Amino acid sequence: MYAVRIHGRGGQGVVTAAELLALAAFTDGKHAQAFPSFGSERMGAPVMAFCRIDDQVIRTRESVTHPDVVIVQDPTLLHHVDIFGGLSPSGYVLLNSTFSLDELGLEEFLRRLPGDHVCALPASDIGQKHLTRPIANTALLGGFAAITGWITLASVESAIRHKFPGALGEANAAAAREAYDQVTACLNEPGRVTHHARAN
Amino acid sequence: MSTSRIKFYQTGTYTAGNRLLDEAARTVQSRMDRTNSLNSGHRACQGCGEALGARYAVDAAMRASHNRLIAINATGCLEVFSSPYPESAWQIPWMHSLFGNAPAVASGVAAALRAKGRDDVKVIAQGGDGATVDIGFGCLSGLFERNDDVLYLCYDNEAYMNTGIQRSGATPPFAQTNTTQAVGEAPGNPTGTGKNVPRIAMAHGIPYVATASVADLHDLEAKVTNAMGLQGARYIHIHVPCPLGWGSDPAHTIKVARMAVESGLFPLFEAQFGMVVDRTLIRHKVPVERYLELQDRFKHLFGPQGSPDAIAAIQSIADANIATYGLIA
Amino acid sequence: MLAQIEGSQAVAEAVVLCRPDVIAAYPISPQTHIVERLSRMVKQGDVGRCQYLNVESEFAALSVLIGASAAGARTYTATTSQGLLFMAEAVYNAAGLGLPIVMTITNRAIGAPINIWNDHSDSMALRDAGWIQLYAETNQEAADLHIQAFRLAEELSCPVMVCMDGYILTHAYEAVDVPTQSLVDTFLPPFSPVQVLDPNEPISIGAMVGPEAFTEVKYLAHQQYLRALTLIPEVAGAFEQQFQRHSGGLCSPYRMEDADAAVIALGSVIGTIKDAVDELRGEGIAAGCVKIGCYRPFPMLQLRAALEGVARVIVVEKDLAVGMGGIVSADVQRALQGLPIPVHTVIAGLGGRSIPKSSLKQMVHDARAERLNEPHFLDLNRTVIDNELARRREQRRAGPVAEHVIRAINAIGTKVV
Repeated sequence: MYAVRIHGRGGQGVVTAAELLALAAFTDGKHAQAFPSFGSERMGAPVMAFCRIDDQVIRTRESVTHPDVVIVQDPTLLHHVDIFGGLSPSGYVLLNSTFSLDELGLEEFLRRLPGDHVCALPASDIGQKHLTRPIANTALLGGFAAITGWITLASVESAIRHKFPGALGEANAAAAREAYDQVTACLNEPGRVTHHARAN
Repeated sequence: MSTSRIKFYQTGTYTAGNRLLDEAARTVQSRMDRTNSLNSGHRACQGCGEALGARYAVDAAMRASHNRLIAINATGCLEVFSSPYPESAWQIPWMHSLFGNAPAVASGVAAALRAKGRDDVKVIAQGGDGATVDIGFGCLSGLFERNDDVLYLCYDNEAYMNTGIQRSGATPPFAQTNTTQAVGEAPGNPTGTGKNVPRIAMAHGIPYVATASVADLHDLEAKVTNAMGLQGARYIHIHVPCPLGWGSDPAHTIKVARMAVESGLFPLFEAQFGMVVDRTLIRHKVPVERYLELQDRFKHLFGPQGSPDAIAAIQSIADANIATYGLIA
Repeated sequence: MLAQIEGSQAVAEAVVLCRPDVIAAYPISPQTHIVERLSRMVKQGDVGRCQYLNVESEFAALSVLIGASAAGARTYTATTSQGLLFMAEAVYNAAGLGLPIVMTITNRAIGAPINIWNDHSDSMALRDAGWIQLYAETNQEAADLHIQAFRLAEELSCPVMVCMDGYILTHAYEAVDVPTQSLVDTFLPPFSPVQVLDPNEPISIGAMVGPEAFTEVKYLAHQQYLRALTLIPEVAGAFEQQFQRHSGGLCSPYRMEDADAAVIALGSVIGTIKDAVDELRGEGIAAGCVKIGCYRPFPMLQLRAALEGVARVIVVEKDLAVGMGGIVSADVQRALQGLPIPVHTVIAGLGGRSIPKSSLKQMVHDARAERLNEPHFLDLNRTVIDNELARRREQRRAGPVAEHVIRAINAIGTKVV
């Protein structure tokens, strides 16, 4: 079983991201459980959402305290919330940022993780390009598929189209694809400890 | 919507008398085929204004709905004296749920009938002033705001009578009740309190609001009949003296009610969608003393320990009503 | 059809399949997604002539349904926590009048202090009002229980609460098989009321009953209610036959065959407990668990039969009888009266605190080593407690407890708890 924790702020589609992740896993024939951890509706407040993915039925209902993946949709949370708490030593980090991990002051900390498990991705920019709004969540899902390989890009796109009909779905799927390609390209670059996918 | 005034000489009394009237103008109560929805044998006090008002109102509603009516009753005198297990004085489908929810329960019945496609069956809700003005006020407002298809009848005897005469939001200034006793520096119910629910009902913009009194039973029946011909939320506020609570002679219930109307203290009017469209003119204006002196609950305003200022204040209320509604031709 | 959907959505779809006539809705977290989805479905015309009323309070919501049900309609609403308490008078009224209303309780803590997260204090507060109380372990079961609930309610003329953990289930997104309309129609016939407001046959409902008859009326209600203990397994059995899966029932044992430590619980935490049981078994501990699916009426005999052979019972409950301890554990103790089986009370998950599998495993170890307090508060932050007690000893005007504890723990949202 894998556990994913997504950090962001209210209004950024963090909960939707977890749902799409679960839906993509379901489409791939897996069991998935996604759930939020938030309070009353309020834009801008820190929120978390979780997703468990497994080949067997998932019975547990506890919070995800030891995630295998941390996705950070909003980098302003970095020094405000305990974002990496409990992260597995062989875990993955996918961070929405135009800055490199070094510029964010995280390179040292994230060096403990396997080299090809960490990536900073300008997901908001990708979202801006395809959706005319800096929405990062669907791009990050594409990035997730690339960095973990636990779900296919095809199921990410399928989940996106199920949730967002018509042109909006297509635009979000395109954002996911671009992020997927960027992260894949980035991970293929040899000799780097941490990676930074650059926007084209 | 206005009805033609029935003259004294035509009827003998203008409360219930019908002998000299055209068949069509006679009250429902005078007919052999009246439904006796609230049948005899109930346990109301002698001279109870509420029992009188309910009998007239519900039979009129039954006639208007071709005997297809469901009544929802709040907790209170009417409910208690009409349904002592294992007996019931109601000959129509009738339900009592709680004190504060009669409007909501009635909304539910109306919704069920709509879901079942039964638009031939009508719904009334009834409650005393306590149930309507205070504890059920939220639900009443909800019914009004949703414009649910219910006629709500409030029987206002100006206090919580069934529990032993305690003050409600409808208790008039200076009235003695067991929780606004006639002692101390400001005896009786304080001034500057209370709410005017007919006007609050009007503020919701509902299709029909009216005030009525057991002083004019023809008028009460006519207003119920008018209301039953409309759809949506409708409200009639009926003044019903309570001999026990008001300390009045049970034989004088109708007279007491008439004094309230003729002094201007209880104006009779009809409103539609928030605007007054008709009112009943006062035939012979009387000073408020004629009304107050009939009731022990105001006796502390009279005599050597009395309060002429209080009586003057009450007179101003009456005068303001007369001005507001144009009650004197 | 199997779909990856939100728990609230699964429930809304199940309710719609039951062909309700009148739905009343007043919003309160975490039930909002259920009533929102129902609103959409009714407005789109997917629910026949169903009437959906947006009401002014929870008290109004249940009152509307009391009227509608008495007039022969199949009725539904959902609420939680503060809302359930606000309609408390109507809850007792509906049961006393024998109206087969079905209501979802999206279990949430009751304030003060205000808390919108999950625990069972709300449904526990009204456990003795005369409603049947069913608890769902998963969103699949939550959906299925609503279908069973309408049938139960209408056969018994008794209202039913279907309890599902707020946020944990309502907002969890997982696979649920939503049945077809024809399957539900076969299982759930149209509502045929025992009493109905009908101009063709006038009756008076809601009379005042005095001392000479009240006891007998209550006794009859008590007997009728107990019939649920027979009917619930029958309905669950019929459901299993038609829908090809097990859902509901009075209580469900897991790995109890040779268990010496049995963990009892209600609702979604059973999932985590099953994982803990499997791991403990792997470590050589003969642990098992029993899920209580129907909490009211309480399945005394069935629970006793399920627990007879064990050495100890640990009741994990998401509620607290302030000053007393456990609520569920008290009922379990009564069921085990006369048997030499110690019953441990573990208070866990209050106000939405996560119940980790590791803590549950430790709890079983502690129980077996007689290290548990009675009642035992799982994962209590002893430092915060001790500091607060010291603070209060120092000054009379110590201020509000909750605010000081929050400050001591250091703001919400900065840590995963």
